Amino acid sequence: MNSQVLWYTTRAAGVVSLILFTAVVILGQLARLRVASASWPRFLSADLHRNLSLLSLVFLAIHIVTAVVDPFTSLGIAPVLVPFSSAYRRFWLGLGTLALEITLALVITSLLRTRVGLRAWRLIHWLAYAAWPIAVLHGLGTGTDALSAWSLGVTIVCVVAVIAVTLWRLIAAPSDPLSGARRLAVERHRTIPQ
Amino acid sequence: MTGGALLAGPEPALGMEGAAAHVARLGPLPGLERRLIGVLDRSELRGRGGASFPVGAKWQSIAQRSRGTAVVLANGAEGEALSGKDRLLMESRPHLVIDGAFLAARAVKAGEVIFYIGEDLGHAEETMRRALAERGDAPARVRLLAAPARYVAGEESAAVHCANEGVALPVTTPPRPYERGVGGHPTLVQNVETLAHVGLIARFGDAWFRDLGRDSAAGTALVTVSSGKPDRTVLEVALGSSVGDAVDAAGRSVGGVGAILLGGFFGGWVAAAEAWRLPLDSVALRATGRSLGCGVLGLLDNDECGVRVTARIAGYLAEQSAQQCGPCVFGLRAIAEALHRIAACRPQSHDAARVLSWAIEVRGRGACRHPDGAAGMVLSAFQVFDSEVTRHTQRLSCSMPPPVPGATRWTW
Amino acid sequence: MDVVTLQFDRIRCDGHGLCAELLPEMIRLDEWGYPIMEPGPVPEELLPHARQAVAKCPVLAIRMLVAKERR
Repeated sequence: MNSQVLWYTTRAAGVVSLILFTAVVILGQLARLRVASASWPRFLSADLHRNLSLLSLVFLAIHIVTAVVDPFTSLGIAPVLVPFSSAYRRFWLGLGTLALEITLALVITSLLRTRVGLRAWRLIHWLAYAAWPIAVLHGLGTGTDALSAWSLGVTIVCVVAVIAVTLWRLIAAPSDPLSGARRLAVERHRTIPQ
Repeated sequence: MTGGALLAGPEPALGMEGAAAHVARLGPLPGLERRLIGVLDRSELRGRGGASFPVGAKWQSIAQRSRGTAVVLANGAEGEALSGKDRLLMESRPHLVIDGAFLAARAVKAGEVIFYIGEDLGHAEETMRRALAERGDAPARVRLLAAPARYVAGEESAAVHCANEGVALPVTTPPRPYERGVGGHPTLVQNVETLAHVGLIARFGDAWFRDLGRDSAAGTALVTVSSGKPDRTVLEVALGSSVGDAVDAAGRSVGGVGAILLGGFFGGWVAAAEAWRLPLDSVALRATGRSLGCGVLGLLDNDECGVRVTARIAGYLAEQSAQQCGPCVFGLRAIAEALHRIAACRPQSHDAARVLSWAIEVRGRGACRHPDGAAGMVLSAFQVFDSEVTRHTQRLSCSMPPPVPGATRWTW
Repeated sequence: MDVVTLQFDRIRCDGHGLCAELLPEMIRLDEWGYPIMEPGPVPEELLPHARQAVAKCPVLAIRMLVAKERR
């Protein structure tokens, strides 16, 4: 397998991974916003979110394996697990490693959610907001053609989509219909310190 | 009928009976430990907080889980708005309540005793504090905890949560307090009146207690006869005597009463004619689908509109919700709003039918029994005030004179 | 034979409604979006759907209780 083919595969799998990861983030926000209709039941956002994240892991695996095996980068296994330890593009590749590790934590805790418990799962899931931008930066900094038209175009579309949905989520009302009432009730039911 | 056992001795209106007078009148507290549980079983004493659970069995379930770390929580929150019995006991017979709590602590091997006292109960907290200061026989750590003046604050899991986190909101059960409660330890939550009875049973025995009741019922109980403040009479009755007897003994004329709210806001309406013969006996009442609850007998006069009073109570119960569960918050609110429209003779179409279906639907769908209590009260109103509801919704008029502004009936 | 029932944590429940989509035979929503559960055990043929409802609840407000039937 020559280096060109490996490089193309790494690049392609990375882009597909990013697109899928972006869809996963957006679907997660849609679930949180309780977006639903007759043709889009609630469980669809949740299930697509889960299934696409597992699919993106497949492409992530292809992306990583082809990168490691490529003689041009001579990476070795270590940089896959230890961030910022490669000779080749140390910083930008390291970001990818970081994003990978956070993603693994997200997926594993989600698959074991009932065992891990809601609180721990929620805490770790907040890291998704770190993993996605780190992955985007990794893509921009590591790919030799990162600033080519098509690559930049895909990245910009992904970034705009995530920013739009995140803004929507920030300005939307809290999804718990009782959130205000609950807080008031807690204050009304407080004891007087003795 | 008054002053049978708990209220024997000096007139409660005279205030706190101090430690010396208490011991002089009743004798010292016996040193019963676990043996007391068997005595309580035979006495057939049931809890006076509303659930009427057999006390011996309840103590047993905590005693067998305790490893010296159990907690006794004396529940004097008295969240039921019309009830005055717990406050009366704590203000006039605090040592009886403390006797019962300390006996419980020894029987279940507790490491802590908490006195949970409603913050709106006048001098109750101050009196209990003074009484505790007079004693040197505490078998465990003692602390006082103020119960917020909210309806659900007296609920078992809310009391425990208040002791743990300082907020008196009910929590999801299981685990129930007898399994894991204050500090994660098995916790005995017992109403203060129940504990006062224990203080007497320990001295005078189970047979003495059983004999105080009438027919097959055992013991006495405190009931509150009221139609809101300031009008409220607490009296002690022999269990098994009738509602009519109690209302008589409270000095009310049964002639002017149209209906009774039996068990307070958590109970149900009964037409007066039927109510008079009902026995004040939680077991017998439960068999007919009713409840003695915490012993409140709410009197509705002949010239008061049951629909209007029910609407006000429903509004109060909706507002007093802990606001934690959707069905309770939205369901009780919808019921209260529709009832207010019906009470004002301005119903929307299907309001009455929707109130009934909301009430039936909300039962069992909260973390605690608050929506169940409210639903039960509303459903009983639709039975007892059936013709009045029909008149309000179809003839758009009320058969009672309009309420006098500033009237003090049915306020709390 | 195990007797399987579903138990709701009514305080955690936020009315997301996925449970009613995944197990409509036994769970429906009231007009405010909160679940009403058919009383009684979950029939065997619905168990996979019941497990989905438990797993997919965004706030893990449903639990599956398994009681061994005594002979």
